[in-house]
Amino acid sequence: MRSDLLADLLQHTWEHLLLVGLSVTVSILAGIPAGIACARHATLRRWLLGFASVMQTIPSLALFGFLIPVPWIGGIGTRTVVVALVLYALLPILRNTVVGLDGIDPAVRESAVAMGMTDSQMLRQVLLPLAAPTILAGIRLATVATIGTATIAAAIGGGGLGVFIFRGVGTVDSAQILAGAIPAAILALVADGGLAWIERRLSPL
Amino acid sequence: MATAIQFRDVSYSIGGRDILSHLDFSIERGETLVLLGRSGSGKSTALKLVNGMLRPTSGEVQVDGRSTRQWDPIQLKRRIGYVIQHIGLFPHLSVRRNIAVVPELEGWPAGRIAERVAELLESVGLPEAEFAQRYPRQLSGGQQQRVGVARALAVDPPILLFDEPFGALDPITRVDLQNQFLALRHRMEKTSLFVTHDIREALRVGTRIALLHEGRLDTIELASEFPQASTLAARQFLACLE
Ligand SMILES: Nc1ncnc2c1ncn2[C@@H]1O[C@H](COP(=O)(O)OP(=O)(O)OP(=O)(O)O)[C@@H](O)[C@H]1O
Ligand SMILES: [Mg+2]
Repeated sequence: MRSDLLADLLQHTWEHLLLVGLSVTVSILAGIPAGIACARHATLRRWLLGFASVMQTIPSLALFGFLIPVPWIGGIGTRTVVVALVLYALLPILRNTVVGLDGIDPAVRESAVAMGMTDSQMLRQVLLPLAAPTILAGIRLATVATIGTATIAAAIGGGGLGVFIFRGVGTVDSAQILAGAIPAAILALVADGGLAWIERRLSPL
Repeated sequence: MATAIQFRDVSYSIGGRDILSHLDFSIERGETLVLLGRSGSGKSTALKLVNGMLRPTSGEVQVDGRSTRQWDPIQLKRRIGYVIQHIGLFPHLSVRRNIAVVPELEGWPAGRIAERVAELLESVGLPEAEFAQRYPRQLSGGQQQRVGVARALAVDPPILLFDEPFGALDPITRVDLQNQFLALRHRMEKTSLFVTHDIREALRVGTRIALLHEGRLDTIELASEFPQASTLAARQFLACLE
């Protein structure tokens, strides 16, 4: 009986990690290039940051609900959950990329241009390394928030630690709720601490 | 002597304001032309027109006989060592790596880069053992300026643009670096455009002095003859010598 519970717990923790890992990875892959583009084009910045901010204001359960009937990305299950989590995680990553790039001393950009760096050399050798701590802070925010939000995935069959919570709420069983909530809180703390450590290591100043 | 840089009736305006008007002069190969002028007279803007960071609104700037519009923008900049006014060292790179940036872009082998960095640090008076591993924030303003100079000289470019490179130095180090600059000029044929608002420095390092006043060329004279210049703007600068 106890080993059943343990196996259950491990399996749902694993699902949870997969959901979070996948969503945050997609957000990073989309958010950083989008942030770089936003730092260059004022109009694009207004639109994309506006879009990401609006997404953030939609309550998560409502967002899942909206997505279910959407063709291709919708339906019941993991895909919808990942799409919703990506939409949430996008804002901190996008915004921090823009803020990090904006914050770079104009004299540093000017000297990079004056040395004859191409745009991509400047981006890789100067701008991204200098913006890295800020971008990483955005990733950290996104990760911690996603670990929490992902518990709602269970509502539409996405699995994860939310399964315990929903089961516990349904049967008024606090032990079940805690079996979901405590591991989720631990995951969030560990992710937060680990990413903060990397952030400090990366920070040049 | 061949002409290295030529301003041909160059004007530059931004937002409807004229910053530079009808500049027309040339710089011969091996010469150091000092751009002297008060704050806001357009000195830095003139330098950026040379390396193609800005394009003239009318007229053209030629480098080695070719308009900056025709140059490949990257190649033009790689031929020119530029110390910008605000230095702009890369804060995430050590002094050594800052100086090595352009040699690395040019694909120099590591051994040659290391040798060159050592040589340059030596020549700007920053002992390698003490300074190579430091980061820009661990340097004083004057030390940062010297790293900026070393960085601009790294690949031994034929043209140098110096925008108040010695502004933050104490008078003794300043004279020391001015002397090193003169020695460098004698050793190698460098064409330089050197910005300052210090008339003493202008007289020391320049072969000729061009005085900019409100975006116009007020006076252009051999350094030895500049003290006899008679325009109002020139006399104001010369009065500082007394
Ligand atoms: N991007 C810009 N937009 C508007 N005005 C500008 C811009 N850049 C420079 N100016 C103006 O052009 C004029 C010349 O500027 P510039 O930087 O060339 O002066 P400077 O001679 O180098 O002065 P300083 O000795 O203070 O460095 C100034 O009046 C400045 O305000
Ligand atoms: Mg200036």
